[in-house]
Amino acid sequence: MSVPHALLALLRERPKYGLQLQSEFELRTGEVWPLNVGQVYTTLQRLERDGLVESHGEGERSQKRYRITSAGVQELSGWLRTPPELVPPPRDELVIKVLVALQVPGIDVHDLLQVHRRHVVEVMQRYTRIKAEAAEEDVPLALVADAELFRLEAIVRWLDAADVRLKQVSFEAPTQGADASLEPTRTMEVSQ
Amino acid sequence: MTHALELRQVSKIYGRGPNEVHALLDVDLTVERGELVAIMGPSGSGKSTLLTIAGSLENPTSGQVLVDEVDLSTVSRSDQARMRRRSIGYVFQDFNLLPGLKAIENVTLPLELDGVGSRAARTAAIEAMEELDVADRADRFPDELSGGQRQRVAIARAIVGKRELLLADEPTGALDSVNGEAVMRLLRAATHRGVAGVVVTHEAQLASWADRVVFLRDGRVVDQTAAPPGPESLLAAGERQ
Repeated sequence: MSVPHALLALLRERPKYGLQLQSEFELRTGEVWPLNVGQVYTTLQRLERDGLVESHGEGERSQKRYRITSAGVQELSGWLRTPPELVPPPRDELVIKVLVALQVPGIDVHDLLQVHRRHVVEVMQRYTRIKAEAAEEDVPLALVADAELFRLEAIVRWLDAADVRLKQVSFEAPTQGADASLEPTRTMEVSQ
Repeated sequence: MTHALELRQVSKIYGRGPNEVHALLDVDLTVERGELVAIMGPSGSGKSTLLTIAGSLENPTSGQVLVDEVDLSTVSRSDQARMRRRSIGYVFQDFNLLPGLKAIENVTLPLELDGVGSRAARTAAIEAMEELDVADRADRFPDELSGGQRQRVAIARAIVGKRELLLADEPTGALDSVNGEAVMRLLRAATHRGVAGVVVTHEAQLASWADRVVFLRDGRVVDQTAAPPGPESLLAAGERQ
């Protein structure tokens, strides 16, 4: 998530103080992504250095009011239309763990998949409760919770698919002492 | 403590000899009133068998099923049938509404089959339909309703009267994700008003509406989620100062 662009978006409405930006940011992301005030001021400093915002007011940082510049407006509209980076794939810790587990003697991969499945579903239950308890008109919160829920659901579906795939080939973990280094290693690359 | 539903060491075997299929193996499960439990598992894990046995539509090969503390194996078939009409509500993926009956007639049907007078049945049906926000569709036929509205009518039929147990088999399977969520919200609300609910699904997002998720694999309960610690713990994990 891009904090600088989120702040530019909030300043697009009208000039604002740092503290105001922090509370509005949290309000609009349903407080799912907390942002500390230090982060807000560091980001504003950087935006000012790059000519995307300008500040008015003297003395302490909390006394300063920030305004978006025309370069900032341009930057924001360009960013909104730029697709996020989707390749190369992120180094997913869970995928790595499962791949490693296939090589470790004495590990039941199906049990391991279930441990992670349960954990992910428990996190999903917490996001669903946020949604269940939120006011119906709190659309930003529902959108943020939905985004997390769909992302987590994809992980569960991957675990399910892994379970079936490993069952189909009746995968057997290497026995203790087997020389795994004889196995050819394969790498997967997704070109842009 | 009295459980609304209790399965003790329930097994179900189909076929014989070399063709024997163990659909369920030594399943223990309890569901309390006011609790929504999701049963999650891949195809063929025994989810639907578990639901039909819990709803007394099928008998287990071994083990006991208790609904509201009554051991189903100790009651006659006709008493089981009465129990199904009176105490247990079912929600199916494809709604199973009778097309020749209006929405409200679908809802009153289980009560009338149970001998409730038509006026009392209508009052109870309207109450259930109001809870599900479909009372204004009472006089429509199922084919005049959207998928989401049909499922609401089906849930109204499942909770009408004094039901103890609500059983749902992939209740959102025929709906898009927003309508599916609405159905899960309603099932959750219905159970939190005091009914015990069991919903069978292979979708994690729907299961996450439940208070507890039980994982089924090859006919066995292999795991279940811990009691949720509450949403505030997600925020505490952030970097707030």
